[in-house]
Amino acid sequence: MGTNDQTRSLPRGLRLVAAAGAAALTLTAGLTTPLDPAPRQARAADDGRKVLTVAVAQSVDSLSPFLAVRLLSTSIHRLMYEYLTNYDPKDNHAIAGLATKWEPSPDKLTWTYTIRSNSKWSDGEQATAEDAAWTFNKMMTDSGAATANGSYVGNFRKVTAPSPTKLVIELKKPQATMTALDVPIVPKHVWEKVSDFSEFNNDKSFPVVGNGPFTLTGYKADSYVRLKANKSFWRGTPKFDELVFRYYKDQDAAVSALRKGEVSFVAGSPSLTPAQAASLEGADNIQVNDAPGRRFYALATNPGAQAKNGEKFGDGHPSLLDQRVRNALFLAVDREAVIDKVFQGHAVEGEGYIPPRFQNYFWKPSANQKLAYDPAEAARLLDQAGYKKNGDGKRVGKDGKPITYRVLCHATDPNDKAVGKYLQEWWGELGIGVQLNCLDNVTDPWLAGKYDLAFDGWSVNPDPDFVLSIHTCGALPATPEETGATDNFICDKKYDELYAQQLAEYDPAKRADIVKRMESRLYDLGYMNVMAYPNAVEAFRTDQIRSITTMPAKAGNIYGQDGYWSWWSAVPADSSGSSDNASSTGVVVGIVAGVVVLGGLGAFAAMRRRATAGDRE
Amino acid sequence: MTAEATPALVGDTQQTAPGPRVRRGSAYPRYLAGKVAGAAVSLLAVLVTSFFLFRLIPGDPVKTMTGGRQVSAGQLAAYREEFGLDLPLWRQFTDYCGKALTGDFGTSYQFRAPVVDKITEALPNTLLLTGTAFVLYTALGVFLGTRSAWRRGGLGDRFNTGLALTLYSIPSFWLGLLLIIVLSVGIGPLPGMFPTGGMESGGKEGFAYVVDVAHHLVLPVVTLVAVEYGQTLLVTRSALLDEMGSDYLTTARAKGLRDDLVRRRHAVPNALLPTVTLIFINLGRTVAGVILVETVFSWPGLGGLFYQALSVPDLPLVQGLFFVFAAAVIVMNTLADLVYPLLDPRVAR
Repeated sequence: MGTNDQTRSLPRGLRLVAAAGAAALTLTAGLTTPLDPAPRQARAADDGRKVLTVAVAQSVDSLSPFLAVRLLSTSIHRLMYEYLTNYDPKDNHAIAGLATKWEPSPDKLTWTYTIRSNSKWSDGEQATAEDAAWTFNKMMTDSGAATANGSYVGNFRKVTAPSPTKLVIELKKPQATMTALDVPIVPKHVWEKVSDFSEFNNDKSFPVVGNGPFTLTGYKADSYVRLKANKSFWRGTPKFDELVFRYYKDQDAAVSALRKGEVSFVAGSPSLTPAQAASLEGADNIQVNDAPGRRFYALATNPGAQAKNGEKFGDGHPSLLDQRVRNALFLAVDREAVIDKVFQGHAVEGEGYIPPRFQNYFWKPSANQKLAYDPAEAARLLDQAGYKKNGDGKRVGKDGKPITYRVLCHATDPNDKAVGKYLQEWWGELGIGVQLNCLDNVTDPWLAGKYDLAFDGWSVNPDPDFVLSIHTCGALPATPEETGATDNFICDKKYDELYAQQLAEYDPAKRADIVKRMESRLYDLGYMNVMAYPNAVEAFRTDQIRSITTMPAKAGNIYGQDGYWSWWSAVPADSSGSSDNASSTGVVVGIVAGVVVLGGLGAFAAMRRRATAGDRE
Repeated sequence: MTAEATPALVGDTQQTAPGPRVRRGSAYPRYLAGKVAGAAVSLLAVLVTSFFLFRLIPGDPVKTMTGGRQVSAGQLAAYREEFGLDLPLWRQFTDYCGKALTGDFGTSYQFRAPVVDKITEALPNTLLLTGTAFVLYTALGVFLGTRSAWRRGGLGDRFNTGLALTLYSIPSFWLGLLLIIVLSVGIGPLPGMFPTGGMESGGKEGFAYVVDVAHHLVLPVVTLVAVEYGQTLLVTRSALLDEMGSDYLTTARAKGLRDDLVRRRHAVPNALLPTVTLIFINLGRTVAGVILVETVFSWPGLGGLFYQALSVPDLPLVQGLFFVFAAAVIVMNTLADLVYPLLDPRVAR
C-alpha cells in the first residue's frame, strides 16, 4: 500500500501543476478575450454599427402590446409600433402619429382619423386604417386583448375602416381624450393568427413585425432587449443603428457601468439617488440630467372610506373630516425643508395637483388661497375646530383622547420615512402624535380604509384624465368588499361635475381651464396635499451620445417619455478610441498580474507540500 | 458495540476491508426505504404549505398589478376570474394540488407564461452560477480546512482561519459592489477587467458566447466563493482536529507513510462526515439561487425571479419556486442520508 501510494504521488504533482495552469488559463482567458469589450461596444459594435445601450432594472412583463403594462415594456412598444397620435416633445400637445389628421363630428360622438399612407410594416406590407380598426375591435371583443389597454375602448361603440386611409370611431358619449389613445396599432395580418391573447407574449419569433422607429430583434428575460433602427421609418431613420436595453438590477452597479462606459445611459429606478447623482457630477464624459419630473408626491388624507352604495368602512380618524384640520396639518408641513433635506434639491415645491412640466394644465393657488408653511396659523385653525391642547400639551379629539394619526408609508421608499420623521416633529409641536406605519405592501390597509394619512404619488400623463378620474365618486368600489379605481376614497359632487365637463369639452383651452378649476377644488378640500414634484435624475455619457431630445424640450427628461423622441433623436458621438487604448493596456496589465499571482500561489503551494512531507516523514 | 465498529478500524479499513458491508446488506434497504418515504412525505407537506403560506402575504395581486394605471371595475373582475381568485379557497386549493401533482404550477400572473417555463428559463442560469461557485468553494474549503487542521496553530492556520472568518462575515452584496468598483470599473492605474453585470453581452454565438458568459461569471463566482468557503473550511478543520489524535494515524505514520498521504488517505476520509452533510445542504441551496449576489451582478436567475414573484405576490410563480427550492433541499438531504452509510456503515444500523 505504501509503495503504491508513493508511486502515485508523481502524477499527482503533475496534476497540481496542470490544475494551477488550467486555473490561470481560465482566469486570464476571462480577462483577455473580450476584456472590457463594453466601452467599444457601446459606441460601435465590431462591425462598426453604432449601438446605444441603456441600463434598465424593470423586468419585461410581456412584449405583447395587449398585455404589457410596465413602463419599460410600454416604452419598448412605443418604439416598435406607431400609435394614432403622438405628443409634441416641446409642449406635449397632440401631434401626428399613424394618423395625420383627426376631426370630431358636430355631435361629438364620431371621430374620423386620416391614416398616413407612408408607413410600412417591417415585412413590407402597408400599414392601413384596417390594422387600426382591427386592433381596437379586438380589444372591444376579446377580454384577453383588453388586459392592458381595455379602458381606452370602454366608451367605444363602433370602430370601422371605410378605406385604407380612413378610420372612424363612434363613441357612446363624448370623450376629450381621443387624441391621447396610447394604444399600439399592430399589423392585422400578423396578429390575427394569435389564438389566445391572454397568453401570447410576442417574444419567441424575431424580428417582430412593426412600423415604429425601431424593430425588436432579440429578447432574453432579465438580460437584454435588442432593437435595430427602422431604416424606412416615415419620420426619419434613427441615428443609432441599434438600441439595447441591458439589465442592471442594482442601481449602484448600473452607475458603475455608466462610469465605465459599458452603458450609455442610466435612469435609475425611478430616479438616481442624490448620492448617486452627486458621485457622477463632474465625472469625465458624463452628464447628469436633473429634469423636472412627471410625478407628484403628496400626503393623502382619509376622507372616510366609502363604497358607491354609500356604505362606510375603514377607520379613518373622525377629526380629519373637518377641512380646517386637514388644512392645519398641511400648513404645518415645511415643504422647503422637504425639498432641501429629503430630496436634497432634486425636486420642486408642490403646489397644484399636476406638475409644472405639463404647462397647459399646471395650476397654482393664488396668494390668499395658498396654504404656506405657517405653524401658528395651523395651531389657530385646530383651536378653532375645537381640537385644543390638554394639560400635557396634547391635542385631544372629540372623544377626549389625545390625537395620534397613523400615517401609511412605503417601506421601500426612503423619502416616505424621512418625511415621516419630519411630520413627527412638526405635528408633534402642534400637539399631535404621528405613528408611521411603513409597510412593504400598503395595499391592504389602504383598500380597507384603515389609515389616517398616507404618502401618495402618481405619474401624470400629457392628458390628465386618468389622474383626475381617480378622485371621482364613480371610481369608488361598488361595495366595501370590492376594489375600485379610486385613489383615496374622495367623493365630491362639485369636483365630479367639473370632471364630466372637462371630458366633454373638445376645445383644449377651455378644457384646460376646467381642469385647473378641478385642481383648485382639490387643493381647498385638503384631501390631496402635494408636497413636491420629484425630479427625474438621470445620466448619460457624452462620449457616446452627442445630443438627445428631452421632453419637454427645454429642461425635460429622457427615460420614459411620452413618445419615442429620446432614442429616436439620439445622435452618436464620434468615437475617439482613446479609451480603447487604455483598455488594451488594461488587458496586458491584467494578464501579467493574473499570471504572476497564480504562478506565485502555485510555487508557494508546491514548496509547502514538499516541506510538510519532509518535516514529518 | 461490535468488533468492527471502532471508529479507527472502520475508517482505516473501509477502502480495503469489505467487513462492514456484510451488516449493511441487511440494514441498508430498510434504511433507504425509510429515508425515501420520509422525503416523499416532506414533499407533500411542502406542496400544501406553499399554497397556504403565500396566501398570508399581505397584498392583493390584482390591485398590485393594476396599480398606477387606468383599469375599469370590469377589468379587475376579469383579472380575478382569469387567475381563479374569485373561487372559494378550497376550490383554489384542490385545483392547485390536482395540477401540481401533474407538474403544472399554473400561469404566472405578471409574466403571463407557464410557471414551469419561467423556472426552466432561469434555472440553468442559477445552476451555472451557484454550481460553479459550489464546486470551487467546497474544494477550496476542504483543501484549506485540512491543511489548517494539520498545521493547527501555525501561521498558515491562523491566516486561513482568520481570512475565512472575515470573508464569511462580509455581506455578499457589499463585497460584490467592492469587486465591481475595483475589478470592473477599475481604480487608479488598475483598469476595469470584468463586466459590471449580466450574464452575457448579447449577440454572440458559439465559442465566443461561452467565453463571454465565462467572463461575466468571474466576479459573481469570486464573490460567492469568498463568502461561502469559510463555512466548509471551518467544519472540515474542526472535524479533522477531532481525528488528529487517533491511534490509526500513529500506526500509519509508523508504517513510514509520507505525512501528506497519512492526511489524505487516512485522516480526511474519516473526518469527512460533517463536511458531507454540509456539502449536500449547500448543494440543495444552490437551486434556490442567491438573491443578493444575483441582484448586484444582475444575474438572471431564480433568486431574482423569486423576489419579483413575492412582490406582487404572483401566487403561482411563488408556489412553484418555493416547491422547487424545498424539493431541492429535501432531495439533497435524502441523497446525503443515502451516502452516509457508504462513508460510515454505523449510520444505517
